[in-house]
Amino acid sequence: MIPDPIDIALSAIKIALVFFVILTLAAYLVFAERRLLAWIQDRKGPNRVGPFGLLQPLADLIKMLTKEDFKPAGADKWLFYLAPAMAAIPAIMTFAVIPFGAPIPLLGRQVAMQVVDLNVGLLLFIAFSAIAVYGVALGGWASNSKYALLGSIRGLAQLISYEISMGLALVPVVILSRSFTLSEIVNAQEGCWFIVYQPLAFIIFLISIIAECKRVPFDLPEAEGELVAGFHTEYSGMRFGLFFVGEYINIIVLGGLATTFFLGGWHGPLLPPVIWFSIKTLAFAVLFIWIRGTLPRLRYDQLMHFGWKFLTPLALLNILATGWWMVLRG
Amino acid sequence: MSILHDIQAILGGMWITWKHIFRRPETISYPEEKRVPSPRFRARIVLTRDPDGDERCVACYLCSAACPVDCISMQSAERENGRRYAAWFRINFSRCIFCGLCAEACPTLAIQMTPGYEICNRDIMNLVYEKEDLLIDGCGKDNSYNFYNHAGIGVTQPRGAGAEELPPVDVRGLMP
Amino acid sequence: MEQILFYILATVIVIATILAITEKHPVHAIVYLVTSFFALAVVFYLLAAPLIAMFEMIIYAGAVMVLFMFVIMMLDLGGGGDAKRPSLAHCLPALVLAGVILASLGLLVTARSSAIPAASHMPDVREFSTTLFTKYGVAIEIISMQLLFAVVGALYLGRRRKP
Repeated sequence: MIPDPIDIALSAIKIALVFFVILTLAAYLVFAERRLLAWIQDRKGPNRVGPFGLLQPLADLIKMLTKEDFKPAGADKWLFYLAPAMAAIPAIMTFAVIPFGAPIPLLGRQVAMQVVDLNVGLLLFIAFSAIAVYGVALGGWASNSKYALLGSIRGLAQLISYEISMGLALVPVVILSRSFTLSEIVNAQEGCWFIVYQPLAFIIFLISIIAECKRVPFDLPEAEGELVAGFHTEYSGMRFGLFFVGEYINIIVLGGLATTFFLGGWHGPLLPPVIWFSIKTLAFAVLFIWIRGTLPRLRYDQLMHFGWKFLTPLALLNILATGWWMVLRG
Repeated sequence: MSILHDIQAILGGMWITWKHIFRRPETISYPEEKRVPSPRFRARIVLTRDPDGDERCVACYLCSAACPVDCISMQSAERENGRRYAAWFRINFSRCIFCGLCAEACPTLAIQMTPGYEICNRDIMNLVYEKEDLLIDGCGKDNSYNFYNHAGIGVTQPRGAGAEELPPVDVRGLMP
Repeated sequence: MEQILFYILATVIVIATILAITEKHPVHAIVYLVTSFFALAVVFYLLAAPLIAMFEMIIYAGAVMVLFMFVIMMLDLGGGGDAKRPSLAHCLPALVLAGVILASLGLLVTARSSAIPAASHMPDVREFSTTLFTKYGVAIEIISMQLLFAVVGALYLGRRRKP
């Protein structure tokens, strides 16, 4: 069974496009975060490189690439070199299942604006967010440093704990849309976004994804005040850059997923679907930065209590209530 | 309900940060706009002259002794009339911490702090200032003070002719 | 195309699993095992069982192995050291299992029947779950009860004892 060459070409174009857009967007998200945080703190932020500092990501990239690639003594060589990729790749692969626009007719076929429409797309997202734990864990362990190890142990426990509430918050979405396929979930929200039916699940999901991408107030794995830089303390140059960019790719991907699951994906009036999807996704990114500029870091026991004793039971109750409602409605 | 209180606290914090996004930044973009420091700002050290145009420093070594980082060094010398001066005077600004203790210690008000803060340099040896670099033409902060007018030493004028000074007492005389 | 993919994945699985057994360092062994699980998940996907593939990744690679790693990191066992060669008694279960597998493989080869009936269509997730919860409902309930026992047991062991 050999697929049609046009299909292969279209897929390749979509993959290249997604890859390019996501990486550029992640680099500019770093810049946007620095500017926005500066404004929140009554500063100006980076404004020297290019007009309004818009070439700052390029300068950062050159700096990262020309820095020394350092490996600490006693580090586990292969795992140390492998871990940054293990952190960044699952994040970017998850984007494959996100529909970022309405299907468009092209070359006599309906081309879905999505790299691959799996019938288990939602589960693929959960699986890859589970796999992403290894980058954090192995990076910290292989560094042979106490700060990195502490950071990675914290990261492991935090990511596992919040994955549960994140997965449970998605169950009502599956119940409502009756599908694991992300394109069908988006289509089910054509009339009314799921955030209207499921505000509680949305809030649980939002809190969980903030914890999933290790952002303030859940940035315990890399708490600079306590652990220098947490699991990536010992990394330098582009390997650190990969961890860093992976984090921002994660923000974009999780924002896109929250959009897909609760905010109706690419649905929206007047503007083209791709624009709607971008607006909603970037709104999540801005929200994340805004939250980072506001909230202090949680203590470790508070984090665990909040995840296990509050969010998870709440998500379970929400599933029960949704199930009842669906049964009563018939 | 503590949870309502928590939510209110979080949203209140978010509202405050949101307002700050649109506030004018406090940043002074340095090379383009420069801050004007107050006259008493402690930065580059200078050696001043007295109103007559002669240098004030009498090479008493008090500044050098007061300096906590030992960045001031000099060599004293004396003219024929007994007026002391510094043969050479050196301040190493790469060590100076701009504490101002030297200016406080100086009895002749020769060594003074100025607000000129732009003294950074790419070559550290350029930060070692010699006497020619330090000496300025003006009087600095106190432009009427002349140490030898108050010192009671017959260097610039005969003894007893200085300001606020009585003629010397004739210790052998019997008159009160 | 699927066949080429399958052979690549099968090679990866076999090599990674052998390395996982022979590797002395526990963290390295976990990494090899996760590689093997990952390849196995793709094999499941090729066999038209995407749901199983995802569960393989979520549960085994994503949860069980991560917990193993967590424990290993917390305990810090250090290097592997010089483990003793396992005696014959230790190898017996593995040998018996290997014998059973070899025997069944031999049976399959001699019977010349295709092991897995070619799926006529990709089973839908909905179909799959309907079958799971109606036909095998009792088994599901028993398994979930068993998990509940495990949770209660863990709670009992982990509770704070009053002095």
